[in-house]
Amino acid sequence: MSAIEIAGVSKSYGAMRALDDVSLTIGGNAFFTLLGPSGCGKTTLLRCIAGFEEVSAGSIRLLGRDIAALAPNERPVNTVFQNYALFPHMTVAENVAFGLRMKGVPEARRRARAARMLEMVHLAELADRMPAQLSGGQQQRVALARALAPEPEVLLLDEPLSALDLKLRQAMRLELKQLQEETGITFVFVTHDQEEALTMSDRIAVMSHGRLQQVGTAREIYESPVNRFVADFIGETNVLPVLVEGVEGGRASVVLPGGARISCPAAGLGPGAHHLSIRPERIGIAAGGPLRATVERVVYLGTDLQLVTRLADGTAVQVRLQNSARTEVPAPGTAIALEPEEGAARLLAD
Amino acid sequence: MAGGAASGGTQGREYRAVALPLLLPAWLVIGIFMVLPVLLMGVYSFLTKEFRGGVIWDFTLAAYDQFFVYRGLFGDEPPTLEWTYITIFWRSIWQAGLATALCLAVGFPTAWFIATRPVRTRTMWLFLITVPYWVNLLIRTVSLKFLIRDNGPLNEGLMALGLIDGPLPLVNTNLAVQLGLFYSYLPFMVLPIYAAVERYDFALSEAAADLYAGRWTTLREIVLPAVRPGIVAGAILVFVPSLGAFLAPDLLGGAKTYMIGSLIDEQFRGSQGNWPFGAAAAMILMTLVLIALILYARAQGRGRPA
Repeated sequence: MSAIEIAGVSKSYGAMRALDDVSLTIGGNAFFTLLGPSGCGKTTLLRCIAGFEEVSAGSIRLLGRDIAALAPNERPVNTVFQNYALFPHMTVAENVAFGLRMKGVPEARRRARAARMLEMVHLAELADRMPAQLSGGQQQRVALARALAPEPEVLLLDEPLSALDLKLRQAMRLELKQLQEETGITFVFVTHDQEEALTMSDRIAVMSHGRLQQVGTAREIYESPVNRFVADFIGETNVLPVLVEGVEGGRASVVLPGGARISCPAAGLGPGAHHLSIRPERIGIAAGGPLRATVERVVYLGTDLQLVTRLADGTAVQVRLQNSARTEVPAPGTAIALEPEEGAARLLAD
Repeated sequence: MAGGAASGGTQGREYRAVALPLLLPAWLVIGIFMVLPVLLMGVYSFLTKEFRGGVIWDFTLAAYDQFFVYRGLFGDEPPTLEWTYITIFWRSIWQAGLATALCLAVGFPTAWFIATRPVRTRTMWLFLITVPYWVNLLIRTVSLKFLIRDNGPLNEGLMALGLIDGPLPLVNTNLAVQLGLFYSYLPFMVLPIYAAVERYDFALSEAAADLYAGRWTTLREIVLPAVRPGIVAGAILVFVPSLGAFLAPDLLGGAKTYMIGSLIDEQFRGSQGNWPFGAAAAMILMTLVLIALILYARAQGRGRPA
C-alpha cells in the first residue's frame, strides 16, 4: 500500500501560492525525496504532511486515511527538523524518549528503546549529555533517533544535512539510506541538493514554484528530464536552442545551431523552436560531428577535464572528458567538431 | 596603542591600564549610590535614636531588640517574641507574593501575545505597555483610588448598569492594595518575559507537537523551562519592590493592610520617626530578600547537570 497519497494539494499565503495543485503518491518502505530550489514549496509540502500547515485545497491521505482533521500530535509521522530542534533542557536520552513518554509508553520500555535508538545512531555513550554539549553531527543523530523512536509510519526529514560539513554530509547520506532500509519506515526527505537526492532516493519529486515538475527514479530524472527546469536543475547540462522541422513516428528531425540535422525522440513536442539538452559527459569530440565549436578554456577537475567551447552562434557548450593518458586535450582556440552520443540529445518542453 | 599590536606579555597590563579609568565612573556610581547607603543603613541600625529624628552616635542593639523582643507595655515583663512587626512582615511577603502571582498570570499571556506579533507591531505594543509609566507613580496610585472609591467611576458605572445595589467597598482593602501593586509593577513582569519569549525557538513547540505532546504539555514541558529565566527575572523585579512598596498600601489600604514599606517610611518622617528602628527594619528586609535569592540560586545550580 502507498504510504502517502497527496491529491490536488494547494497552499496559499495571501496572493502567494506556495503549493499549486500537487498530486503525488509515495510508496511504502521507500526513500522518497522532494527536490527543488529554495522557495519551491518542498518544505511547505512536508509541513502540510506533518500538520504544521493546513492545506488550502486538496487532501493528504496517510496509509489510506485522510489526515486533514488531525493535529500534528495526532499524526503517526515524526519529523527531523532542519536545525534539529532538540529540547535544550533535556538530556540526549530524555530527548529521544520524549515521543514515547508522550505516547504513554512505560518508563522501563521507553528507556530500553531510547538506548537501542542511540545505539543505532552510534551515540550510546552520550545518552546523559545535554544537546549543547554535542557537535552538529551528533545533534543531527539525536534528532534522527528521537524521530525514529516512536516508530512512525513515515519519517519526514527537512534538509537535515544542510548544517553539516561536506565530509559528514556524505557519510550521513549513506547512513540515512541504510537506516531507511533497516527500519522499513518510509522516509520523505526534503533537499535542495541534487547530488544528495540522486545518491539516496528510491524516487525523487522535482518541484519548482509550488508545482511538481517530474517524479521518477534518480536515473529517470537525470537521463529523461521532462522539461527545461528539471534538465537544468539536476546535474549539469547544455541547453541548445533548436528548430524541430518535422515529427515522424515519434522521432523529430532537429536543426542544431550551425545548421546540422540530427534525429532524436520527439518527447511529444510538435514542430517549432524548442530546446535540446545534452549532458556534458555524453558529448564527445569526433571528426565530422554535427556541432562545430571553438575551444575557449580547459578546466582541470581532477578525475575529469571540462572543455568550455562555443558554437558559431555564441551558444556555450560544455564537454566532459575523462582525465586519462589516452585523452587528447585540444588547446584553447582549436576548432573542433562535437557529437552527442546515441540517445544523449533530448528535446525539452519549456 | 599607537605603536601597533602590543606584544603578548604586556597586553593584559595595557588592557587593565585602559579599562580601569573607563570603569571608574561605574564604580563611583555604584559605590556612592548603592554600597554607601546600605552601609549607612547598616551602621544607623546600631545607633541610638534622637527624638526629633536623626541619630546619636551611641552603639546599641535597641532597634533590633524593639523589632524582635516584647517586654510588655511598660517594658517590665519577661521578654517574649514580639509579633507585631513579624506579622507586618509576613503580611507584606504574602501581599508581594500574591501581586507577583497576579502579575505573572496576566504578564505571561501579554508578553506571549506581544512576542508573537509581527516585528513591526511589537514595538508599538511595547511602547503602549510603557506609556502609563511616563506618569509619576504617586499620581497613578491616587488616580487608581479615585477610580475605585465608593463614588468613583467603577462603582457608579456598576450601579448604573444595575449590577450592584450599593458601592463595593474597595478602598482600604487588601484587594485595593493588590490592585495597586499589580498596576504599579506589571511591566516589570511583562518585559523580561517578552525578551525570553522573543528568543524562544518555536521549532521546539513544533517538535513537541510532532512527538505527540498536546498544547498544555508543550507549554509545561518545553516552553516554560525555556522562558524560565525571564519569568524568574520578572518575578524578582515585581516581588522585591512590592515587598517594600509604601505608596499603594498607604493610599489604597488601611490599618489592616499595613506593610513593611509604610513601617519603614514612617520611621524617617518628622519628629515621630525612629531612624535606627527604620534602618533595622530595612536591614532585616534586605537580609530576608537576599537569603531567598541565594536559596533560589542554589536550587537552580543543583537542578542543572554538570
